[in-house]
Amino acid sequence: MQTTASNPAASTLQIAFSLNGQAIDIAVDPRERLLDTLRYRLNLPGTKEGCGEGECGACTVTIDDLPANSCLVPTFQVRGCSVRTIESVPKAELGPMLAAGATQCGACTPGVVMTAHWIKQHSQVLESQTLRALMAGNLCRCTGYDGIIDGVRRWIGGPQ
Amino acid sequence: MQRLEGLSKLTGAERYLDDEPLEGPLKGCLWGMTVRSPVSRGKITRITYGAGFDWSQFVVVEPSDIPGPNETYLIENDQPVLAPGYVRHMHEAVVLIAHQDRNLLRRAVASVRVDVAPEPPALDFRLTPRPDQIQRGSDNLLKKLQIRKGNIERGFAQAHKIVEGEYETGAQEHVYIEPNAMSAWIEDGPTGDVVVVRGSMQCPYYVLNALKHALKRDESRVRVIQSPTGGGFGGKEDYPSTIALHCALLTLKARRPVKIVYDRSEDMAATTKRHPSLVRHRTAVDQNGKMLAQHIEVILDGGAYVTLSPVVLSRGIIHAAGPYTCENVLIEGKAVLTNSVPYGAFRGFGAPQTIFAVERHMDRIAAALNLDPLQVRRVNLLKDGDTTSTQQVIKGGTDRHALLDQTLHIANYDAHKREAEKFNRTHPYLRRGVGVATVLHGAGFTGNGEVYLNSKVDVAGRPDGSLEVLAASTEMGQGTNTVFTKIAADAAGYDIADVFVGTPDTFRVPNSGPTVASRTVMVVGKLVERAIDELARQVGQNGSPLRGPALKSAIQAWHRANPESELKGRATYQPPPDVKFDDKNYIGDAYATFAWGVCVAAVEVDLRTAAVRVLDFVAAQDIGKVINPVLATGQVQGGVVQAIGWALTEEMKFKDGGMHNNTLTNYIIPTSDDVPSIRVHFHENPYPHGGGGAKGVGELPMDGPAPAILNAVAHATGADPRAIPLTPERLLPLLR
Ligand code: FES
Ligand code: FES
Repeated sequence: MQTTASNPAASTLQIAFSLNGQAIDIAVDPRERLLDTLRYRLNLPGTKEGCGEGECGACTVTIDDLPANSCLVPTFQVRGCSVRTIESVPKAELGPMLAAGATQCGACTPGVVMTAHWIKQHSQVLESQTLRALMAGNLCRCTGYDGIIDGVRRWIGGPQ
Repeated sequence: MQRLEGLSKLTGAERYLDDEPLEGPLKGCLWGMTVRSPVSRGKITRITYGAGFDWSQFVVVEPSDIPGPNETYLIENDQPVLAPGYVRHMHEAVVLIAHQDRNLLRRAVASVRVDVAPEPPALDFRLTPRPDQIQRGSDNLLKKLQIRKGNIERGFAQAHKIVEGEYETGAQEHVYIEPNAMSAWIEDGPTGDVVVVRGSMQCPYYVLNALKHALKRDESRVRVIQSPTGGGFGGKEDYPSTIALHCALLTLKARRPVKIVYDRSEDMAATTKRHPSLVRHRTAVDQNGKMLAQHIEVILDGGAYVTLSPVVLSRGIIHAAGPYTCENVLIEGKAVLTNSVPYGAFRGFGAPQTIFAVERHMDRIAAALNLDPLQVRRVNLLKDGDTTSTQQVIKGGTDRHALLDQTLHIANYDAHKREAEKFNRTHPYLRRGVGVATVLHGAGFTGNGEVYLNSKVDVAGRPDGSLEVLAASTEMGQGTNTVFTKIAADAAGYDIADVFVGTPDTFRVPNSGPTVASRTVMVVGKLVERAIDELARQVGQNGSPLRGPALKSAIQAWHRANPESELKGRATYQPPPDVKFDDKNYIGDAYATFAWGVCVAAVEVDLRTAAVRVLDFVAAQDIGKVINPVLATGQVQGGVVQAIGWALTEEMKFKDGGMHNNTLTNYIIPTSDDVPSIRVHFHENPYPHGGGGAKGVGELPMDGPAPAILNAVAHATGADPRAIPLTPERLLPLLR
């Protein structure tokens, strides 16, 4: 459930953070969700809302290089942080995901790609955890996960 | 060929309805929301709009604002658009409210109080209703259907043994990851204003018919356009008609554009679900497990309104006897009214419920006779020339016995079985087992449904020689656009770069029927091929169709000779020859063809927690010709995992008749870590009357996993589970 500005009682906070490498300076309601700031105020609707309660992972972004559900993060908390969204992932890298059938309806996909991209950049996490466990925070109702897991594996360049 | 829109989905560039800026036709858009019933049944005595809001600043729609009948056009039109002073289920729509400020609107909607004088709801479809719960006819029946073949009494008289069983399945929520979303605005048209509705949907013409009916407009004054749709699974088959009507009513009253986007909890509480079912089997068998008579009773919970229940029941009973032949069959089906949310279309459409029952029952027959469950299947499995319960003669050349053997081989069935039995002798608390299900799925609409639909497809030849497929079939992740492009390119001898698939828009595309029932590639795909043929004939000499570059230049030449004109080839559905169904008596060819499948599941049960884990899963499918292996494999894997959820964890909890666990926190769908890799095997046998030789693929994968998994649990533990979801709570008491 979204709670953005417009309750007259709420006061706003001025914050600065980095978004996909660009400096952002914005006034936010303390209850405003990062997901809504991105989607409705900063014109980055690639990040999706699937549940609004931290379960589905469709809203995954990274904050200071850690994946986070942006539906659970009040925007003011990213003050001074570096936030990255799906819009920062280079399109040219996504061929292996496409070829493996990692996307069907696409609603979960930006979140899936964000988690996958993070795993790719921190592949040491695969030493202690399986890809299936690492991807378990991104619900997909279409693919049955094989397309996603295969795609990430091909993208990372790990064993097929 | 790769998914056409795949990269824009992977980069987040695909724009679903809620992603679009409020510009263009949505400039000045209001947000719409719905006030819903707080109880399951009763008369609305009072609606109180909360204090502290300037209600003159809100647009409020009540039933009196509906220009035409307060009915959602479908089979019986018994579902109101807005509750007409009386509610029949929790969360039923009562009043619509719109405002430009989404947050203010949320608070305003929450402030509205609906008082209802409650009446006794009927909440358990398995019980005979009390007189004060009767709301339809004398017994709350929504629909009753029967299939009769031979004489079951004769079969029971010869029985070596009679095996009985009762099987139950629960409601299932679709959980498409994009919740329902719809927008509406008003445009000028030649014959007056036009209500335009654009949104997430499977069936634009269902929405169009609903708008025409309740808004009292003809099709020149309502227009329906599909927006990119983030999953459907049947959940966006009929329900979008309701949201489209709500959006259109608000827009008509406000004379401004309106958008309604459900959040997850509203979507889960208010929209349709898979029908819960109770199926009873009574089967006469001989010593070898050959079935001599099948008496099957199918009861579906229909929910508060008729909606699609009669056709779900129809498909359910036709699949109830499984892929087997038996001389004497009686199948009695009922769909029952209850005061819960109307149950609707969900992948498989009644068949997964009845196949669950028959496939679990086959294993129980085997247990009763002390036979191998595979033997009981083999002696009953349909061979070409055998007849189904509707006396349809099976043909098509698929060897179901070979498919079964091949699947067992791929699945390492024997090894799994041996190893499991060895493992179980030594492990203190884990038990392993393996289970099989053999399944069928009728492709396309049931009986004469396709004839009544009379679907059409246009293919336009454009001035540059390229082709545009104009069909009402929607892309919702299953790959319609990619597959249509490929089918059209193959039929025309074109490069795929010269083929386009138009957005479903009722002002541009003819009615190709709904995007349901695994019919899109098989039925509509065939129409695409025939429409191209027709187009090629129009521009060819002496009526002979052109192909490839010759077709392309002929189209260009046609346009030079006929500037500003439209060139289109059209095809209309024609049933394959010799397909006949008597829909009164349920005798004959229930489907033009069937897809066939075998599933093998290996599971591990933890006796301490009663948790079930699927260790290995093989799904072998005969879906005719496979047009796109990556997409078809993805359909099967996705369907299997959805079915694993239905079998093990997805439990809809009710409170006072409403969905109580309407969040993804406690309605549990599988994650990547809950399921194994799903191994898919296609057995290709091209179907001559299907687009590109294909039969349907969408639904078959949903049919087999639940019984295969429960059969495996029975094998692992010796328990006899007969109800799903088989949650630990349900399994624990069965583990002695
Ligand atoms: S929308 Fe944030 S986790 Fe689902
Ligand atoms: S692709 Fe549809 S939810 Fe993942």
